[in-house]
Amino acid sequence: MLTKRVIACLDCQNGRVVKGVQFLDLRDAGDPAELAITHAAAGADEIVLLDITATHEARKTLLDTVRRTAQNLFVPLTVGGGIQTVDDAARVFDCGADKISINSAAVTRPDLIAEIGSRFGSQAVMVAIDAKCNEQGIDEVVTAGGRNATGRRVVDWAREAETRGAGEILLTSMRNDGTQAGFDCALTSAVAESVQVPVIASGGAGNERHFVEVFEKGRADAALAASILHFGTHTIANIKLAMRNAGIPVRLPC
Amino acid sequence: MIAIIDYRAGNLASVKKAFDHLGAECLVTSGPAEARSANKLVLPGVGHFSATQALDELGLRPAIEESISAGKPFLGICVGMQWMFAGSSEAPQVRGLGLFAGQCSRFSSAVKSPHVGWNTLSPRGRSRLLAGLSDQVFAYFTHSYRAPIGADCVSTTTYDGDFASIVERGNLFGVQFHPEKSGDAGLRILRNFVELPC
Repeated sequence: MLTKRVIACLDCQNGRVVKGVQFLDLRDAGDPAELAITHAAAGADEIVLLDITATHEARKTLLDTVRRTAQNLFVPLTVGGGIQTVDDAARVFDCGADKISINSAAVTRPDLIAEIGSRFGSQAVMVAIDAKCNEQGIDEVVTAGGRNATGRRVVDWAREAETRGAGEILLTSMRNDGTQAGFDCALTSAVAESVQVPVIASGGAGNERHFVEVFEKGRADAALAASILHFGTHTIANIKLAMRNAGIPVRLPC
Repeated sequence: MIAIIDYRAGNLASVKKAFDHLGAECLVTSGPAEARSANKLVLPGVGHFSATQALDELGLRPAIEESISAGKPFLGICVGMQWMFAGSSEAPQVRGLGLFAGQCSRFSSAVKSPHVGWNTLSPRGRSRLLAGLSDQVFAYFTHSYRAPIGADCVSTTTYDGDFASIVERGNLFGVQFHPEKSGDAGLRILRNFVELPC
């Protein structure tokens, strides 16, 4: 039976893993290559490495980080942050990434999804959507780390991304991100029921129960966690045990 | 020497890295001569079945067929495994190797597609690739088309019904999942291939 995935996310800045609340107040959480291996050994089903600075100068550092991280990692590795062209994606794949994640660049130029998909396969293209609830109470797509509102509904953009060849949707609720107060299950399930491709829920993981909720109520195919893993407050084994006890199919023992 | 066949369809770095990790001597090549001189061949694959057309364009089909006829072990991964069948409804105009009977077909609309993530292997008969592994093996899959279950199927996986997740016959081996991405179990499967006598 296909299991529900628990994905460890490493937010990177200048080659180091950092974690803050809602992308602010960043703290150092360690070396990405070491943390990726630690999480994989502890049962992470995949690793996502997101470069949150992704400035031009930082690209070389990122590629070096990807190469080091991929070297001894034998579970899927997704890399995101600053990928704007097929060539950017190709460089990241060359360093050992299995999938890339594109966010703002896909919103600005949706053709990018098909361009990368036709060269590397749509299974290698994860479209990341940052969602924020606007004043009208509608979940809207935002870019640039939440600074720019696009006026597009999250569900509409997820459907379009799928049509254009996204292999998976990584959905982050900006309101929940970093709060450790639980995933946005309503939004996750709205997106999961609108598309045929897998949906990865992100933002808000704080304890084992939150994972059970996002799989049961949120109908997610996978869920992503960062800070609760980095600081050792919760382990993937405990998250997966809670999932198994709730009757959710899970890869255990890993 | 293991030749990893590069037919310009996506990313071979992961497969190479896994064999390097196992200490196996291997090279990535698009050259028929290099493919012919290798003791074992690996045909990786991600993406669309039509990409296998490049194997004809690069002159690799006869090299692969000769090597298989000579009894050299051959491992197809994902689309590489599907190419060992007669063909796939994903690209009906493209001919597979026809080493295993049947056509690959798309998952029905009753399930999400692609089938992405870790699923279980259910052994069925004796498998050389699964030697030394327990009955409960998880492997990482990512595909929208699946191969039919025939006489040479040694493991099935359940998604939208059952499909063939490993096929084996003589020197022929095919896996639908990505062993290079399937953690320790995947590395063990690749090691079993590396350790096959040539």
